[in-house]
Amino acid sequence: MTRLQGIPWVEGVAVEEKAAQVIKRRAHSKRLNLYRVPWLRPLIESHWPQLLMRIFTLSGLVFTIAVGLFGSRVGSHNFAIIFVWIAWWTALKLAFIPFGGRSWCSICPIPLPGEWLQQGGILQAGRRSLGLNLRWPKRLRGSWLQSGGFLLIGLISAVTLTAPQVTSWVLIGLFVLAIGLSLVFEHRAFCSYLCPIGGFSGMYAQASPVEVHIIEREICAQHKVKSCYQACPWGLYPVAFQDSSACGLCMECLRACPQDNLALNLRPFGSDLGKNRNTTRLDEALLALVMLGSVMVFSAVFLGPWGWLKTAAFEIGSLRWAGYASGFLLLNLIILPGIFTLAVWGGHKFTSNGYKLKQAIASQAQALYPLGLMAWIAFTVSFALSKLNFVLGVLNDPFGWGWHWLGSIDTSQTTSIAGISSFIQIMLLVVGLFWSVSVSQKLSAAKGKAESRTNAPLLVFNLLFTLVMLWLLVG
Amino acid sequence: MGLFILLFPFPASASVSNPRSFQIDAKRFAYAPAVIKVNKGDKVSIDLVATDVVHGLAIDGYNLEVTADPGKTAHLSFVADQAGSFRFHCTVTCGNMHPFMTGKLEVGQNTLMWRGAALAGLAAFAGVWKARK
Repeated sequence: MTRLQGIPWVEGVAVEEKAAQVIKRRAHSKRLNLYRVPWLRPLIESHWPQLLMRIFTLSGLVFTIAVGLFGSRVGSHNFAIIFVWIAWWTALKLAFIPFGGRSWCSICPIPLPGEWLQQGGILQAGRRSLGLNLRWPKRLRGSWLQSGGFLLIGLISAVTLTAPQVTSWVLIGLFVLAIGLSLVFEHRAFCSYLCPIGGFSGMYAQASPVEVHIIEREICAQHKVKSCYQACPWGLYPVAFQDSSACGLCMECLRACPQDNLALNLRPFGSDLGKNRNTTRLDEALLALVMLGSVMVFSAVFLGPWGWLKTAAFEIGSLRWAGYASGFLLLNLIILPGIFTLAVWGGHKFTSNGYKLKQAIASQAQALYPLGLMAWIAFTVSFALSKLNFVLGVLNDPFGWGWHWLGSIDTSQTTSIAGISSFIQIMLLVVGLFWSVSVSQKLSAAKGKAESRTNAPLLVFNLLFTLVMLWLLVG
Repeated sequence: MGLFILLFPFPASASVSNPRSFQIDAKRFAYAPAVIKVNKGDKVSIDLVATDVVHGLAIDGYNLEVTADPGKTAHLSFVADQAGSFRFHCTVTCGNMHPFMTGKLEVGQNTLMWRGAALAGLAAFAGVWKARK
């Protein structure tokens, strides 16, 4: 819970806890505050660089939608397919998320018009804002709907990834939904609760080396106005951050703080992981498992040699597709959650403790984040890198109408990375497994030495997932 | 250690060069058979038959390519001198799922996958050991 209204102690933080603050500062010693870097600060402090980036991405989105609707129907010759599913999707998984957390959210164009309407201005809130500003329903909070959105896209992925018009309609749908929700609900309801990419980015952002964090807690406690909260378009209160999953790195809180008490930190990878949180939220565990299931299915459909599976995934509405959809949902909603629950339960059955199963599942789900992130990167290596030459092709001829904007260039050959991609994929999967086991052990060790025994079934779960991915990618 | 496990050369088993022939039917995003297995050193001969539209076949790592017109057969032959698992894919835009029309050529044992599995086991052990330290 990072929202102000969810924190009962917010007005009463004990300011005399000096010793505790010193400990907290020491705990954050491995951080570099980028907001204090002289040449970087003006770029963050000013709204303009970010606004220009967002206008650029908004223009790109409108262009992509237009090309998808009116350009060539052949996916590999259409800018919309190649740019969204090869260039952007690859950049998101290989650069934005692992090195910048939710940095894409800070320049994402989809919520932009809705936000301008909601606040009644472009750079700052205007006098007249549109919208009802209702609070998001409590029962719909969490990442349940984001998991649902990701599953929905997964069900039609074979068509979305290959049919330009469908890609455009998906983008239009997300765009309209974001605007509509901005006019009904307060803050960035779409980004926080519905956007599947937001859920994907937010979860794996916890493994990334970037965070927005307060510097001195007592300064925030003494500050009555809470200008950071007032400024945050996401409706978040930085004092309450437990991790980086919710923060969209928009930097509004840093700009608004009169005490300069917020930092944009460069931190060690995975700093949010391995902390025991008193939570019983299962939505994050489900999202993590949906990501594992999806990457397995996508690897089988798009990289595997099984033609019948590709046909089944592509022929939406057919009996074969119904079989594919049932299998996809069964794996993501029953089989993987079932095995994971059994693994957590099995571990705890052999140890005498008062740890509740729901709490253990919610806590141990953190170990799935590095496993999933590295699996997605490994999948992307062979899925997208070999097709990067198509990017040059669609820049040369975005609509597939025979134009030559960049002159006459040969873009017909695919890039052969077969020699090295298997090695890279193995290393990525192995690093993911090592990282995941370390996080899992750390979580258990925090509960006492005997508790590390609880990890044996989870270790088997993580190892089995890695072996399946190895078989799918290099087998 | 990881690189050692991945790259350490195993002694090659004695292989006999045999001629191997395959007919691969290419139709609507799929090859049949989609997986062909040969031994290292075999002389491989492939007849690619396109049964609906134009299809191609290129084998990653072998730098080989062939294209077959609808209803026609195209021929490809080579010596399987590299061991491992190699993807082959269609080279002619044949429909929406064309970029994902793939098959697999397995030459000898896929030791890379087993090395990867061994490395994964080692990584799991190292993760436990690191946390206990």
